[in-house]
Amino acid sequence: MNEPEKQNVEAGQEVLDKLDKFDELPDAPPKRKLKLSWTGKIATMIVVFWMVIAIIGPFIAPFHEMDMDGDDSFLNAHSNEYGTFYLGTDYLGRDTFSRVIWGARMTIGISLAATFLAYVIGITLGIAAAVKGGWVDMAVSRVNDAILALPSIMLGLIAIAAFGSSIPILVIIAGIIYASSVFRIARALGLDIMVQDFVEAAKVRGEGLWWIIKSEVLPNAAMPLATDFGLRLVFVVLFISSLSFLGLGVQPPQADWGSMVRENLAGLTYNSWAAVWPAFAIASFTIAINLIVDDISAKSGGSLAKKMV
Amino acid sequence: MMLQMTLRRIWVGVATMFVVSVIVFIMTSILPGDVAQIVLGQSATPETLAALRAELGLDMPAYLRYLEWLGDMLTGDLGTSKAGGAAISDLIGGRFGNTMVLAGLVAGISIPISILLGLWAAMHPGSWLDRTVTFGTLATISVPEFFVATLMVLILAVNLQWLPSTALLRDEMTFFELLGGLAMPIITLVIVVSAQMIRMTRAGILNVMNSPYIEMAILKGIPRGRIILRHALFNAIGPIVNVIALNLAYLVSGVVIVETIFSYPGLAKLMIDGVQTRDLPLVQACAMIFCGAYVILILIADIGSIVSNPRLRHPK
Amino acid sequence: MNEQNLEKLLEVKDLRISAYNDEKQEIQIVKGVTFDIHKGQVVALIGESGSGKTTISLASLSYTKPGLEFTGGQVLLNGEDVLTAAPLRQRQIRGANVAYLAQSAAATFNPAITINEQVTESAVLHGILSQEQANERALELYHALELPNPDRIGYRYPHQVSGGQLQRLMAAMALCGNPDLMVLDEPTTALDVTTQIEVLKAFKKVIREENSAAIYVTHDLAVVAQIADHIVVLYSGEIMEQGSADKIINHPGHAYTRRLMDAVRPKPAAGMGGTVGAEFDRDVPALSVEQMTAGYGGIVNGEPAIPILRDVSVEVNNAHVVGVIGESGCGKSTLARVMAGILPQASGKVKLEDEELQGSLNDRKLEELQKIQFVFQMADTALNPKQTVGQILGRPLEFYRGIKGKEKRAKVAEILQMVELPPEFASRYPMELSGGQKQRVNMARSLAADPEVLLCDEVTSALDSIVGANVIKLLTNLRDKTGASFVFISHDLSTVASFADEIVVLYAGRVVEQGPTDEVLEPPFHPYTRLLISSVPELRIGWLEDTMQKREMAVGIARGVEITAVGCPFYNRCPMGIDATCDKEHPPIRELENGHQITCHRTVEELTEAERETQQILRGYEKLVDESMKVVV
Repeated sequence: MNEPEKQNVEAGQEVLDKLDKFDELPDAPPKRKLKLSWTGKIATMIVVFWMVIAIIGPFIAPFHEMDMDGDDSFLNAHSNEYGTFYLGTDYLGRDTFSRVIWGARMTIGISLAATFLAYVIGITLGIAAAVKGGWVDMAVSRVNDAILALPSIMLGLIAIAAFGSSIPILVIIAGIIYASSVFRIARALGLDIMVQDFVEAAKVRGEGLWWIIKSEVLPNAAMPLATDFGLRLVFVVLFISSLSFLGLGVQPPQADWGSMVRENLAGLTYNSWAAVWPAFAIASFTIAINLIVDDISAKSGGSLAKKMV
Repeated sequence: MMLQMTLRRIWVGVATMFVVSVIVFIMTSILPGDVAQIVLGQSATPETLAALRAELGLDMPAYLRYLEWLGDMLTGDLGTSKAGGAAISDLIGGRFGNTMVLAGLVAGISIPISILLGLWAAMHPGSWLDRTVTFGTLATISVPEFFVATLMVLILAVNLQWLPSTALLRDEMTFFELLGGLAMPIITLVIVVSAQMIRMTRAGILNVMNSPYIEMAILKGIPRGRIILRHALFNAIGPIVNVIALNLAYLVSGVVIVETIFSYPGLAKLMIDGVQTRDLPLVQACAMIFCGAYVILILIADIGSIVSNPRLRHPK
Repeated sequence: MNEQNLEKLLEVKDLRISAYNDEKQEIQIVKGVTFDIHKGQVVALIGESGSGKTTISLASLSYTKPGLEFTGGQVLLNGEDVLTAAPLRQRQIRGANVAYLAQSAAATFNPAITINEQVTESAVLHGILSQEQANERALELYHALELPNPDRIGYRYPHQVSGGQLQRLMAAMALCGNPDLMVLDEPTTALDVTTQIEVLKAFKKVIREENSAAIYVTHDLAVVAQIADHIVVLYSGEIMEQGSADKIINHPGHAYTRRLMDAVRPKPAAGMGGTVGAEFDRDVPALSVEQMTAGYGGIVNGEPAIPILRDVSVEVNNAHVVGVIGESGCGKSTLARVMAGILPQASGKVKLEDEELQGSLNDRKLEELQKIQFVFQMADTALNPKQTVGQILGRPLEFYRGIKGKEKRAKVAEILQMVELPPEFASRYPMELSGGQKQRVNMARSLAADPEVLLCDEVTSALDSIVGANVIKLLTNLRDKTGASFVFISHDLSTVASFADEIVVLYAGRVVEQGPTDEVLEPPFHPYTRLLISSVPELRIGWLEDTMQKREMAVGIARGVEITAVGCPFYNRCPMGIDATCDKEHPPIRELENGHQITCHRTVEELTEAERETQQILRGYEKLVDESMKVVV
């Protein structure tokens, strides 16, 4: 063996050692941490802010939502003997600032309740349909398709025409309507996971259905469903606010962002911002949620975004 | 193959419409309870109740009532309004036309805008324009329609005073007068409807742009313009047609809000009035028309994506 | 050939390419690579995944995959640095000077555009040819590449032609504009062996005729030996060794190259198979299927709507490794799925020792499930990403054997050691393992059940050759240690031949030949077995030319698989088919020694005779080649 060849073999040994030590290719990829971009961070702060307001709002608001203490309707910021009206007054001379704070509880509360209801119904039926398959899946899916084939606002209008409007009815209507989209996503996710080899492996092992759902399906569906929850909440907020805006949702005198816009729309021509503040409140909340969702799905490859229309 | 699938979709559309009619009927005619009882209220006696039931046909079993109602709907007899007893078809007549004019104008403006902006954003991913469009459309789809409308009124009518804050609609308007008169509702709806369409067009094209055959086209030294127009767009047409049809369906909910906010004498406004007065026959009729339009749009979307699929157009 | 006399076409000098991760840290992918390509020369870049071979080859087109960046060095094409060329110039180079052929033609052809437009597009757009000239040139290439219906194929859409044809069409696409250099990126890896030969043959012919230079990227040394003049061996972005094909193949200098060569299994031949000690002998086979037919869709009279397997009878003897071999679509995975109960058979029996098993796994007893374990092909998807290795391995222990707590943890560590993984891996998630490690965990999970039969579905196909070789070694050890039987399903005959005790050859859903490995790999052969054996590339320069002389090749590779209800399924590709018999009647099973069976209308004598003829032709040809070589030298 001449000199260069010997060197070559020695160098080769180094590679082989490396190869043997790691078995094959080096080390594991680092764990991916969920890191939000700066927009995501700001958005999170906004959402947290509104959630806190929704909980403690009535305790910190300067006025009660029904107090007509302003000097006149559609006034700009002013103070009188009752206190300061930071954002002016609405069409009945109530404090807009306090009503926006009170409204947070109503709008976010109803929407959260409805979204939770939608999730309980949607996930239960969706995972059941995916796991069971067969005629159960067929039957539930067909009915669901028909509900999905209707614009949600139409369903809302028909339901309110039939049952009238109250807060429990709003929650139930929104819950059922949006359960159909949750169902579709939960079922699609469930089906995706059910055909994965690791579920097949569990079936071959002889595992029961419940164990498969609990240990294989749900852990893998959790993250996408959590992201979807945010999107769904946005849709429900928009739905409830739209109904309120049409005068068919939360009824006066209770404060709700949607109905506040409607009540004070006339003020726009007097240069009153009483209709604009609650509109901004909705926008800030929903845009913030969507920004967070966008951030998360961009990080996780965005494959989920494609599934959602 | 293609014809088969298209026929299948049409059949599914008809079936969906049927299920929709069942849902509407159940919700408006069965669940609210005994209409005779509601109408007569406290003053009801067993005799008057029975008489009114017979008059309204409520003594028949539910499925017969449904079939009769469906038959009436299909033959154009939409029933009589509870308020004032006018024939619903008369109430709807002109207003349906008004809504169609609004929807048509919005579609005509927003479709080209959406495709162009979506394409442009997809061609320059990461550019300032792309980021502006992405954020702007995300914001728009995140807020309620009435927020956009309110903002438009605030800016265009109150501050700049360029446009009237309500819709103006007279008989015998020229096309441009019509455009001017309807400017506020049109602008609002175009913004609302385009936002989602732009996003989906952009996503659709970007999705195609990530495929191996686009990388191949780059490696073949094909100019960027041709890659987008010949290689990407051709494959994205299916998804784009789908997006357009589906998002025109957003018009339905947009129209409801916009007609209310600008007091536009359209079908949606009529329906809202019906809901407020709980005029169920009127609500039924309007709901069926809106749902029908929605189902047809979805059908167009489905057929569009079938027709644009080369695998189906050129079977093995 | 003397390399010095040729003009340099491409010079890659100290090329460096890096990726940047989320934390903006630089990860070097290519660490200073230098090599040259001369005119008319085929240079192979060989290495395993992560070696940077594709990345380097793309640099000649001045292109990197998204997320990668050139960080140093030069790539000179005819003396011009393509890395620093202006964007417009880069676009000219791509397609006009350097053409690219991708691994998966099915994905790289645009589904919405006709084949001819895609083939001629680049040449026309670069102004090299007019559309008419390009059409003529394309037609010429379709003929040269021996495509069926060359006059019509251009009008078709990509989904209307087969994978092997698309791969050749892509060669036409690359060659249409007469590029100076072709980059072929694993162009035959996704193909079956018999299709691979056909494509390789076409490529080699065209490259010779056009006298084009090429970069051939692959992990397969045997393929490289057929086509390359010069070989560059890569590992982890660095060149280990480079030299003429003859030097690298016949006198490898570098230890890594030798390791690569060791992982290439020799030509399948008798005497390679495993041997089982007598200590495991038992009277009844551990697992057997009898007269089994299976498929998809509704079942009418024991006949499924889409039949995949017909009349299959296989015995898996105790502690034996049974290799099931066949090309894609032959039903080999379906066989394992029926055995496992995932797909209930339409008719026939599945037996575990003496017990007849229920078709559906829902109806099987727990202990029956425990005894037959299925190992999935893709470890990536077979392991739940949300469970740790400990949880994954612990579950079967607890589920079948009721082992819990401390004992379970000890057992998991023990099993990990059995598959040669450190016990600390119990706390890792699948994402934190390499491909080979995942496959080991995947097998370990089945072992944890303490099974009698392991069904291994293509467990090494997705792995690099060295890693795969280690897994095979492990499998053999496990068999000796546990005494379990293995059904090893693979498309790769040489892998199966290297360690299986018995081989079952499947073709279009039927068993055409089965028996002890030594018997199956020794004449007489079923004609299909012979086609398979001769299609496995050998690590020998000149093998491609040799093997093309066999008549199986001429007939066998030109036609596709047809699944037939009557007659012999191989009839349309068989060089010795008997008209009016083979296509009409089902062939009889011919019993030979030691349970060796061949399903063929030809008698054993005829089959033996056929083999002798082929050998004679081959010997004659070799002599011819030897003489012609002398003339050249």
